Amino acid sequence: MSNEKRIGVFVCECGSNIAGSLDCEAVREYAEGLPDVVCSVVNKYTCAEPGQQEIKKYIKEYNLNRVVVASCSPRMHEPTFRNCVAEAGLNPYLMDMANIREHCSWAHLNNWDGATEKAKDIVKVSVARTRYLRPQEETELSVIKEVLVVGGGVAGIQASLDLADAGYQVNLIEKEASIGGLMAALDKTYPTMDCSI
Amino acid sequence: MMDVGRHSKINLLTYSEIENIGGYIGNFQVTVRKKARYVDEKECNACAECEKVCPVVAADEFQEGFSLRKAIYMPFPQAVPSVYILDDKDCLGHNPIACGKCAEVCEKNCIDFDMKDEIITLNVGAIITATGMDVYDPTEMNEYGYTQYENVVTSMEFERLISAGGPTEGHFIRPTDRETPKRIAFIQCVGSRSNSPIGNPYCSNICCMNTIKDSLLLMDHYPGIEITVFYIDIRAFGKGFEDLYQRSKQAGVRYIRGLPGEIFENSKTKNLSMLVEDTVANTVTDFEFDMVVLSVGVIPRRDSDTIQRLLTLSTTTDGFFMESHPKLKPVDAPTGGVFLAGCAESPKDVKDSVTQASAAAARAQILLNAGKISVQAITSQVLTDLCTGCQVCVKVCPFHAITGGDAKLKIPVEIVEAACQGCGTCAAECNFDALLMRHFEDKQIISQIDAITSENPSEKVVVFACNWCSYGGADLAGLSRMQYPTSQRVIKTMCSGRVDSKFVLHAFEKGAPILLVSGCHYADCHYIDANRWTVKRVDKLWDKLERLGIRPERLQLEWISAAEGQKWANTMKDLEKMRAQVTQEEIEYTMKVLKEDREKSEARKKKKAEMKESVKEIPIDVIA
Repeated sequence: MSNEKRIGVFVCECGSNIAGSLDCEAVREYAEGLPDVVCSVVNKYTCAEPGQQEIKKYIKEYNLNRVVVASCSPRMHEPTFRNCVAEAGLNPYLMDMANIREHCSWAHLNNWDGATEKAKDIVKVSVARTRYLRPQEETELSVIKEVLVVGGGVAGIQASLDLADAGYQVNLIEKEASIGGLMAALDKTYPTMDCSI
Repeated sequence: MMDVGRHSKINLLTYSEIENIGGYIGNFQVTVRKKARYVDEKECNACAECEKVCPVVAADEFQEGFSLRKAIYMPFPQAVPSVYILDDKDCLGHNPIACGKCAEVCEKNCIDFDMKDEIITLNVGAIITATGMDVYDPTEMNEYGYTQYENVVTSMEFERLISAGGPTEGHFIRPTDRETPKRIAFIQCVGSRSNSPIGNPYCSNICCMNTIKDSLLLMDHYPGIEITVFYIDIRAFGKGFEDLYQRSKQAGVRYIRGLPGEIFENSKTKNLSMLVEDTVANTVTDFEFDMVVLSVGVIPRRDSDTIQRLLTLSTTTDGFFMESHPKLKPVDAPTGGVFLAGCAESPKDVKDSVTQASAAAARAQILLNAGKISVQAITSQVLTDLCTGCQVCVKVCPFHAITGGDAKLKIPVEIVEAACQGCGTCAAECNFDALLMRHFEDKQIISQIDAITSENPSEKVVVFACNWCSYGGADLAGLSRMQYPTSQRVIKTMCSGRVDSKFVLHAFEKGAPILLVSGCHYADCHYIDANRWTVKRVDKLWDKLERLGIRPERLQLEWISAAEGQKWANTMKDLEKMRAQVTQEEIEYTMKVLKEDREKSEARKKKKAEMKESVKEIPIDVIA
C-alpha cells in the first residue's frame, strides 16, 4: 500500500434529522477542501443500503483508503460502517465517524449557521484523525457456552427456561431460599385473572 | 417454577449470592456464595416433621408478616426447590441442652447445624441480570397512616389477604376485627408520580392494572362490596387492559379522580375517613371506609448495587438499570455479554417481564450460538526500544495486564493482550512514550487537538469524553434534543484515563481557552478504577498550571454518566460561560508560557540523553 492517503467523506442528511438543522451541502463542500480528501458526498441516509452501496462504489472508484462518515453517534452505527468498508476491502479501523447528529444537529436545532460551522469543524477533526489511522486486526475469542442468570423471579425463570430449552447450560442464582420472586406472592395476575404460580 | 427445578440443563443455586465477577464478554468468571441453609437439599423430602417440633416462631415473610412460621420452615408451599431451610438467626442452635429437636426427628438426617457456606466458581459466556424490584414502603407518607392504622394495608399485603394460600385462606378480612370489610378504598400512585422528596417521580407502571384486578377479585368474592378507587390517571394502555377497566366499572367499582390529603382513623370503630376533592365532578366529599389499600409503587432493588458494580452497569435517574439503547437495544446492557430482563430495567408486569426475558435469552443466544466473538483491536502495545522498564504502567494498569520490566537491567515490560481492556491509562502515564494505545495513539489525538485549534481556537471548548459514560451522556443530550451552545468540540477516548497530560498542555499551548476532561462517575468506571488516575493527573496539572500563572479553572473535570444528558447540556452551558470570560491576553500568555516550559523540558531531556550517550562512549577501563 502506498503512503498516499485518499480519504472519502460521506455526509449524511439523516432525512431531516441532520439536514433540517444544518447545511449538509456546505459541510460537503468544506470537506472537499480538507487535506487528503479526494471525494465528498451527501447521502440522504448513509446507513441505509443505498448509502452503504455508495460508500463501496466510491471506495472502488476513487481508490479510497480512508473513510469518514459524518452522521450519527459511533455508539449507534460504527459497526454498520465498519462492516460496510470491510466489505469493500478496507480495514474497518480506517473508518472514522464524525458525530454531527447527537452532538450537533440535535443539540442546536435553531442555530443553522452555528450548527453548520460546528459540523464543518467536527468533520475537519475527524479527517485529521483519519489521516493517522492504522489498520488493526481484531482478535477472536471463544465464548463459553454456559449462562448465568441472576435472579429467580418471573424474568429470571423465563430466561433460564428459554436458554436451557435451547440446549445451553444455565446457572440460575437466587438470593432467597426459593425461586418465584415477587410474582409468587401475588394471588392472581391481570389481565387474564389467572394464578401467579 | 417447577420446570426450573427439574430441568436437566438448569443448575439452580438458591439462597446464593454473587461475590465476584471477573472477565469479559464470552468469558466471565463468577464466584458465588451458596449460603448454608442447614438442611441437605438433596435429601430433604419436605416431610415437615422438623417444623412440627420446632419450638421457635417468627413472622412469616412470605405472608407479609400476617402469620407465623417456625425457625425451620418451607418458604411457601410451592417453593422450588421443595426443601426446608433453617433460619440461623431464629434457631436456638444445636446445643443439645438448648434444642436440636428438628435433627432428632429428621429420619433422613438432613439437618446439619455445622453446614458451612459454599464458594462456587462458574465460567459463563453471558450473563442475564434479572434482579427484579422492591416494593415501595409507604411508612414515610405520614398522611396515609400506614403502620399507625392497622386497617391501612399495602397492595402487596392485599395479595396475601385475598389469596387462597394466604394467612386467611382467601377470606378477606380487615386486621382490627377480622371482619370482612364492606367499604374499601384503593389509593393509587402511592410512592409514584410524586413531585415531593417523598416517593418517586416515575410512574410504576403496574399499580393501576393491579388495583383494577384487585377490585374485580373482591367483587367476585363478595358481591355487593363497595369499592372506591382514588386516582390521578388510570393508565390502562396494554392489550386487554381497557376491557378489564371497563369490566371493573360495570361491576360497580367507583373511580374518583383525586387523592385524599390525609387519612383519619376513628379510634372506636377503627374506620378510616378522608376528605377528597373529585376533580372531575368538582366536588369535595368526606368519605368513610372500613379498610384502605395503598396501591404502592415499585422501586429498584435495594441491594442491586453489588451486581451493578461488578458488571459496571449504569442506572437511569430513577435507579433502574440502563439499557444499551432505549429503543434499539432495550435488553442489552452497555457491558458486552450482559443482558437485562424484567424489573431490574424498569417497572413492568408479568407479561412484559416474560417478553423481555425471552428477548434477553434470544440476544444471549446470538452470542452463544456464534461460539466466538471478535474483540475490538484496542489494546496497548509496548515500543520496546523506548521502554526503560520503570514499571509505572505496571502499577497503574487496572487489569494487571502489564508484567515484567526492570529499570536496572533495561528490560521492557510486556502486555498480556487478552487481559488488556484498552483504557489507555498506561499510555497516558508513561513518561517515555513507550506505550502505543492502538486506535487512540498520541498522534491521532494530537491531530484532533490541532484541527480544533487551527482556526479561532478562542471560540471553542475542547472536551475529552470517555466512550462509555460521558460520550453517551452527550449522545443522550442530543437524543433528548437538549439545547446548548455550539462551542464544544469532543474528542472521544475509551476512558478518561487515556487523557495524557501532554494532550491538555498541547491544547492550551495551541490556544484553547477552556478544556474539559469528562468520564464515568467514580464507582462506574468501565475500567475498574482507571479514572482514579485521571483525577491524580488532573490534580497535578492544576498544580502545574497554577505554578505557571495559568488559572487552573480553565481545566475542568466532570463526571457525566451516559444517563446524564441534562448534566452534559448544563455543563456545556457552564463551559461556554467560562470560555467567554477567558481573555485573548490570557490565552496568549498561556501559549507563551507553555511553549517556554515545553522547550525547557525538551532541552533538559535532550541533554540527559546526550550525557547518557557520552557515558556509554567512555571505555570501561578509564572509569576503573
